[in-house]
Formats: sequence, structure tokens, C-alpha cells
Amino acid sequence: MRFDYPPERRYRPTHEWLTADEPRRVGVTDFAQDELGDVVFVELPDPGDPLTAGDAFGVVESIKAVSDLYAPVDGEVATINESLFDRPELVNDDPYGEGWMIEVRVDAAGELLSADEYREQVE
Amino acid sequence: MSDDDRGYTFDQARWADDDGYVSLLSEAAPGRAEPGDALPDDLTRDELALPDPAEPTVVRHYTRLSALNYGVDAGPYPLGSCTMKYNPAFLEDVAALPEAAVHPDRPDESVQGVLEIQHRLQRALARIGGMDAVTLQPPAGAAGEFTGIEVTKAYHRANGEGETRSEVLVPSSAHGTNFATAAMAGYEVVELPPGDDGRVDIDALAAAVGPETAALMLTNPNTVGLFERDVVEAAELVHDAGGLLYYDGANLNALLGRARPGDMGFDVMHYNVHKTFATPHGGGGPGAGPVGVVSDLAEFLPTPHVRETDDGYERYGPERSVGKVHGFTGNWLVLLKAYAYVARLGDEGLRDTSATAVLNANYLAEQIGLDVPYGPFHHEFAATAGDRDAADLARAMLDHGVHPPTTKWPEFVHEAMLTEPTEAESRRDLDALAAAFDAAAAADDETVANAPERTAARRIDQVGAAREPRLSWQALGDENAGTGD
Ligand SMILES: Cc1ncc(COP(=O)(O)O)c(C=O)c1O
Repeated sequence: MRFDYPPERRYRPTHEWLTADEPRRVGVTDFAQDELGDVVFVELPDPGDPLTAGDAFGVVESIKAVSDLYAPVDGEVATINESLFDRPELVNDDPYGEGWMIEVRVDAAGELLSADEYREQVE
Repeated sequence: MSDDDRGYTFDQARWADDDGYVSLLSEAAPGRAEPGDALPDDLTRDELALPDPAEPTVVRHYTRLSALNYGVDAGPYPLGSCTMKYNPAFLEDVAALPEAAVHPDRPDESVQGVLEIQHRLQRALARIGGMDAVTLQPPAGAAGEFTGIEVTKAYHRANGEGETRSEVLVPSSAHGTNFATAAMAGYEVVELPPGDDGRVDIDALAAAVGPETAALMLTNPNTVGLFERDVVEAAELVHDAGGLLYYDGANLNALLGRARPGDMGFDVMHYNVHKTFATPHGGGGPGAGPVGVVSDLAEFLPTPHVRETDDGYERYGPERSVGKVHGFTGNWLVLLKAYAYVARLGDEGLRDTSATAVLNANYLAEQIGLDVPYGPFHHEFAATAGDRDAADLARAMLDHGVHPPTTKWPEFVHEAMLTEPTEAESRRDLDALAAAFDAAAAADDETVANAPERTAARRIDQVGAAREPRLSWQALGDENAGTGD
């Protein structure tokens, strides 16, 4: 199966993406949402919470699994996507758009993969 | 409810009020209040408009519901790890004895018989597990785990190591409650990957143990029915590092009368009474998950505990008790059933139980067409659904009149179907189970995708239920709510 990975974004091996331009958003990949299956619950941090690259910042829960979400950057949470609380299915329906999870203020990016590198890892 | 549903309700107050009858019961029992007078007016509320259907309507409703249900009284129920044992009918008789219905607040000297049975059960379980002391208080296996790990923590604290010992090691094949227990008790959970043979990888364990290790939690046989052959070596590794060994007793049915966790080096364990000793799975309770410990840990057990004295039995608080995890000495009537089960079977019977449970699992594993990795097994095995979805295959089995196994767990077996027939099934029932496995496996994709077709409820909308849980009848909305009018 082929999934879509926007080339201008950066990826973590644990399936999170980070946008290149402001607002810097974080979400999970098309591959991740497909592996998870129907997402039923998303737990997100509060705006202002500090982020450490590689540390868990939230939780995504599907019928099949509960998985931690890992921060791609050092920095701080600017805002969160509150519509996921009522409509967790946005993560499945539009993982790179309406299914975004947090907006971040970046102090330093962690070690991230290009779209091609990420694709190679998962496919 | 409409007026058409009204009918005889055999309610004394109603008969007396409406028709002027005097209840035979109240006549036969002099001194009883007149029916209808039993409660003062200021304590009763007419505006509640409780539904008032005819009694046969109610009886038929519940009888119909019970016929829609599937339980171990209806057929095989091979849920792996859960040990859905048949509960012998004589246990219900024992638990229904009027003498057994005692209030737990009665003084010890007036409930000596109850305390004696509890004490005997403590001793029997200690002997079965190779432990020195047993508390009956925890109300489920998971509560037993929590109790056992709290006792472990109290022990380390008493040795001045409460701060340093911050980690609990748990193999990835362990039940979710092990991880949850360790986390709830405030420990860092260190997950151990399985070795190639489905067992604990002793090198990985050696690399993980250290001065931070509070305990290793191990299930033996493990959750795919494999005996952890290196358990003695594992115990040495953990003990040498100053940690304790916790035994998850969910699979004790495989070892009854043959091997004892205490002899393998375990220091603390729980017994899942509803698995091993044939009491009902409580759907969260009331159940019982007694905890056994070696003598060094006995002073930390929950309070109250039952002990023998010169002139009988008494409840007391162990010296450095971790406190209470449940009321009194646990769910007494469940424990009474467990005691009756152990007493009825005796040493011979318990040995026979484990032998037959193991034989049945291995027989069934041989009969089915699906691939079964690993083996030979103890009491359960994990077949794999291959390139099919294990949950879908399980749904297809429902159409063949049996309950399917546990699915998709443990995760290290691909699309697992974890199967535990228990000792109670006859060869005929095992063959029926095998036939259901094979029929489901042989069904075409469309049949499997639409299964089950012959059950009372068909495809349950799990996603909808999780996204929009409706947790009370009120959430059903007006169209379904019984208003009593
Ligand atoms: C391996 C294992 N450990 C622990 C538990 C928890 O026991 P309980 O359901 O009595 O809380 C279970 C229950 O299914 C189990 O299978």
C-alpha cells in the first residue's frame, strides 16, 4: 500500500510529522493513521507546556491500540487542535490537514527524516 | 409502558389496596405491619410512576434475555488467559447455605466457623502455591497484583531501598494488568522483549536487572501456554540484584498439584480464584484474588488477616500492614466457593485438573487446521489467523455455535487466537470447537466479513461505542426511555 507523505514536511521514525513553515504543526502520518485504525480518542497537552524532542506529548487511542505521540522538537506547545476531542476521526480522514494535533514554538528541531527517508522506513 | 401491559403483579400492597384482600403472608406472620402500611407516607413518592407490568411479562422478558446470552453453561468458552471454567453447581448450594450469610461486623467469637474456613483456605492456597502466608482480601486478580506489588514496595522501603528500587520488569507477553499495576504503584515499567521461542529472553533480563529493580513480574506458564524453563535462573538473577519475584497466578490451573511458584523462587503471587478455583468471573466483581507471600513479606499483608489462636480463630492487623485494599477479609461467599472446590477435589482432584487442562489444550491445538506457532503447550495455545483478521475469524466461529478464543493478544503472535479449552470440556466438545475453527477458516472472505449472522447481536459498532459512549439508559433518548406512564 502506498501512502502520501508531503515532501516539504519532516518526519519522526515514530510516525509524527512537522510542517516546515509557520504555523509549525505536528500530527501523525497517513501510514500511522492506517495502522492505528479508527481513532477514538486523542489526549493532548496544554498550550504553554514544554516539549522535549523524543518525549511523549500526548496519546492517541484507536479500537486496536493506545500509542504515545512523540515530540519532534524541543520547544513549547503554542495551541492544540481542540476539534479532535469531539471529532477524533479527523486523524483518519485528513491526517495532514484537519487532523493536526498541536502547533509548536520551536527552539530546536530533533533529528528528523525527509519524506523519502520516512517512506523507505515504513514501506 | 401502556395500560395494555398491566396485569397481575402479585404485589401484596396492591392486592390489599385495590381489592381489600388481606395477604396470606401477613396473616401467617403475626406482628407484621399491614401491607400498604409498611412505609410512612412521607417516605413514599407517588410521582415516581414506577412501571407496573404484569409479572409474566417481566419473567418472559428476563427469560428471553437469558436465552440470548452465551455462557459456559451453554457451550465451550475457550477464552485464552481468562480460564472460563465451568462452575460446578454444588458451589451454588454451598454459597446459599443460610449459615454462610453472616455480617462481617459480627464479633469474631460469633463467626468462628467462617473464620475457620477462611483460615483453612489461606492454608490450602499457601500449600498450593508454595507460599508461607496468604491474604484473602483483594477482590480480583488485578487487585491482587496491586496488593502484591504494594507489599513488595513496603518490603523495599523497610529495607531502606524504597527510593532506589524504582523499576518493575515486565515481559512484553504479560497481561495488561501487570503494566498497569506497576505503573499504579508508582514504578517505572521496563518491558522485556520475548526471545525467539516465545519465552523470556534470559540475556535481556540479565541486561535489565540492577540495583533499581524492585521486582520482576512473571506469568508461568506464560500467556501463550509455554513454561518459562529458565525461571530458576531468572529468579537467581533478580534475587542476586536484591529484587523480588512476582508470580501472576492467572495460569496456575496448568500447574495445580504439580509445580509450585514458591519452589521456583517466587516471593509473592496472586491466585485468580475465578479462573483456577471455578468461581464466577464477576464482570469486575465480586471476585477474589488472594495474595500469597513468603515469610519475609508476611508482616506487610493487608489488614485484617485471619490467624489461629489457642481457642479458635481471630482477625488481626499484621504488624507493618500495607492497609486495606478491600473491606474485611474479601468477598466471603466467593472464597467459600473456592474453599469448597478445593476441598471437594482434594490433592488428587487438583492434580487431575491440571493434567486434563493441559491434555485438552494440546489435543485441540493438534485438531485445528490453523497454524499454531510454538508448543507443546500447557493449558492454552495461540493459533494464528495468518493473513486474516483474527477478530473476524472469531466472529465467524460464533455462527458455528461456540464462543471464540481471545483474539489479537498476545501481540507478539501474529493475529493471535489465544485458546484455552479448560479441563471441563469433553472430547466431543473439543471436536465441536475444532470443527468451528476449521469451518471459520474455510469460509470465504465475504462470509467472514459479514459474520456473525446467527447471533442475537451481529456486528457491534465498536468505533461508535468508543467515540460516543452511551453509559446509561438516559442516553438512549426519549424514544426508548421507559417513563412508567
Ligand atoms: C495473565 C493475567 N494476569 C492477570 C489478570 C487479571 O486478573 P483479573 O481479571 O482477576 O483482575 C488476567 C485476567 O484475565 C490475566 O489473564
